[in-house]
Amino acid sequence: MHAHEAISKAITDGRDAHGIALVAYVTAGYPSMEAFPAILNDACQHADVVEVGIPFSNPIADGGSLQETARAALAAGATMKKIMHTLRDLDGTLAAPLLLMGYLNPLLAYGLDRLAEDASSAGVRGVIVPDLPLEALDIAKPLNDAGLATIGMVSPVTSDARLARIAAHASGFVYAVTSVGVTGQHRSDQSDIVEYLKKVKATATIPVCAGFGIREKAHVDALRGACDGVIVGSALMEAVGEGRDVGSILQALR
Amino acid sequence: MTADTQGLLRALIGGALPNEHGFFGPFGGRFVPETLVPALDRFEAGARDALADAAFHNELRQHQETWVGRPTPLMYAPRLSEAWKAQVWLKREDLAHTGAHKINNALGQALIAKRIGAERIVAETGAGQHGVATAAACARVGLPCIVYMGAKDVERQAPNVVRMRRMGAEVRPVTTGDATLRSAVDEAIRHWVGDPQGTHYILGSAVGPHPFPWVVREFQKVIGIESRRQMLEQVHGLPDLAVACVGGGSNAIGFYHGFLGDSSVEMHGAEAGGVGAAVGQHAATMSGGTPGVLHGSRSMLLQDEDGQVSDTQSVSAGLDYPAIGPEHALLAHVGRVRYHAVRDGEAIAALDELSRLEGILPAVEPAHALALAKRLCEGRDHPTVLVNVCGRGDKDMPILTRLAEQEGR
Ligand SMILES: Cc1ncc(COP(=O)(O)O)c(C=O)c1O
Repeated sequence: MHAHEAISKAITDGRDAHGIALVAYVTAGYPSMEAFPAILNDACQHADVVEVGIPFSNPIADGGSLQETARAALAAGATMKKIMHTLRDLDGTLAAPLLLMGYLNPLLAYGLDRLAEDASSAGVRGVIVPDLPLEALDIAKPLNDAGLATIGMVSPVTSDARLARIAAHASGFVYAVTSVGVTGQHRSDQSDIVEYLKKVKATATIPVCAGFGIREKAHVDALRGACDGVIVGSALMEAVGEGRDVGSILQALR
Repeated sequence: MTADTQGLLRALIGGALPNEHGFFGPFGGRFVPETLVPALDRFEAGARDALADAAFHNELRQHQETWVGRPTPLMYAPRLSEAWKAQVWLKREDLAHTGAHKINNALGQALIAKRIGAERIVAETGAGQHGVATAAACARVGLPCIVYMGAKDVERQAPNVVRMRRMGAEVRPVTTGDATLRSAVDEAIRHWVGDPQGTHYILGSAVGPHPFPWVVREFQKVIGIESRRQMLEQVHGLPDLAVACVGGGSNAIGFYHGFLGDSSVEMHGAEAGGVGAAVGQHAATMSGGTPGVLHGSRSMLLQDEDGQVSDTQSVSAGLDYPAIGPEHALLAHVGRVRYHAVRDGEAIAALDELSRLEGILPAVEPAHALALAKRLCEGRDHPTVLVNVCGRGDKDMPILTRLAEQEGR
């Protein structure tokens, strides 16, 4: 099984077991490099897939909460090298497959060939790069060649034609951004979101997960049936910042 | 020059760059969240349509002549010439309305924004000149305007904050990150990600995702075109040296475009050398940077080995930015323009020299270009040098006042 198929399967298995799969986002190195392995382990116990966020100095798609976790992680000395080491040490012990979520520049600085090799050997099954659009996807070739999932992102303002092309190029799942905006903000008016998700589902041949602004069980319940999984980041990281237990937060979501 | 770089330069001069994906050779492109792609497509289509439309150019020209004050003069600087043992010519963009070249781009983009039906404008500003220009252009075309500005810059460029607010703009100080231009760009992009359909982002320099570097260059080209024509009319020849300051690089790219095909014209760019060569002490991207992706485009970038963007320092808020426009990265790559770091002290000395010898108080940004021009004239036999004085120093009063206090004047 290719790494990307492991991601697709974890999502469909989670959906079949719980009605909707749960993807947890944790910032690597937040609140410290020492605390991170236990948080990651917990997240893997209660989510179907876990996104490990690589902190970046200029995270333009992130709202206040995730900006703050990235800043704190960098201040705590999180680097790509240390993160890959940590993941390699944990490989085989985690209950859920991992994705890396990272802005392009730190990934390029690490080297995409090296990343493909190291990520694979650290048990990572795919990547999400929010600032790598369809037109520049050839940059991700080393990752694709290694069998890693390259998660395609679409937004409510994406045209139908573009949606079809993104869905065709994506592997693992299609990440449907539910609100036009940065991470963390929940929009109260979700009436057209279900229609949008159904359109994405009808277009994609791989699972569809919805993310951005999903904060509580009611938000998750509203999307049940419209997509295969939900992605929860800001709300989870805010809870970590307050010292709350990751497992119980995730459990309460589904 | 290799065949490859020669070919790139020829393509650039011939108008073939950026290519359809926004690349200037290995630099440029569009590295943005998916939510922004339709907005960038719409803006690109609107810009292509406008720039091909004679009526648009007529409207633009009318605004330029009656409101901006174009053409700006080309001026011989006799006392500076004597001091430098050179023939010094100054392109007086400081005399453009609102005090800097920034108005060329802000006006052009505001007119396009109106054409494509934008409901509001968001902008970032460092020195405040782009914010003031955008506030003025928005007042002129009738669009509401929000300007993000680093909290540190709000302080050091205070006069411009008052000007923006008086012209009806909402100024939002940014306290996250380094609280300078880079963080202001981050926040302006975040705002735009939240409302890509209603908002047009008037980016203030030749940076960012395609089509910004191209559009900004097209609106700033007027500087180089006028300069070249004025040199031929007034001096009956072209300069030996053409010098501009480079933050993101908008004044410089427009200026250079007048002379790219004139191989006898040597072109140079002055970057902010800050207070030292160590990481964090300067904003000299070309001198100290490596290729990377920031704010939607691939260019030269000040970053550490992990790809984290470095902090910067400069006396000039307008040059205090860790990246540079992708077209400049190409111009350096093909060897057509050389970029040099100029330290704060050298720039302030040049600011004083122009003020005392010619009665022109330049902004601290072009003071970097003047200092570099002076350096380049040394050891040459009376070269003809053209400097783009891209802005005036009124906005720098808080900095100059502090310096005067330190010097006990
Ligand atoms: C007077 C002046 N010159 C130069 C700059 C630098 O910008 P650019 O490199 O885009 O010309 C600024 C930016 O605010 C400015 O205000």
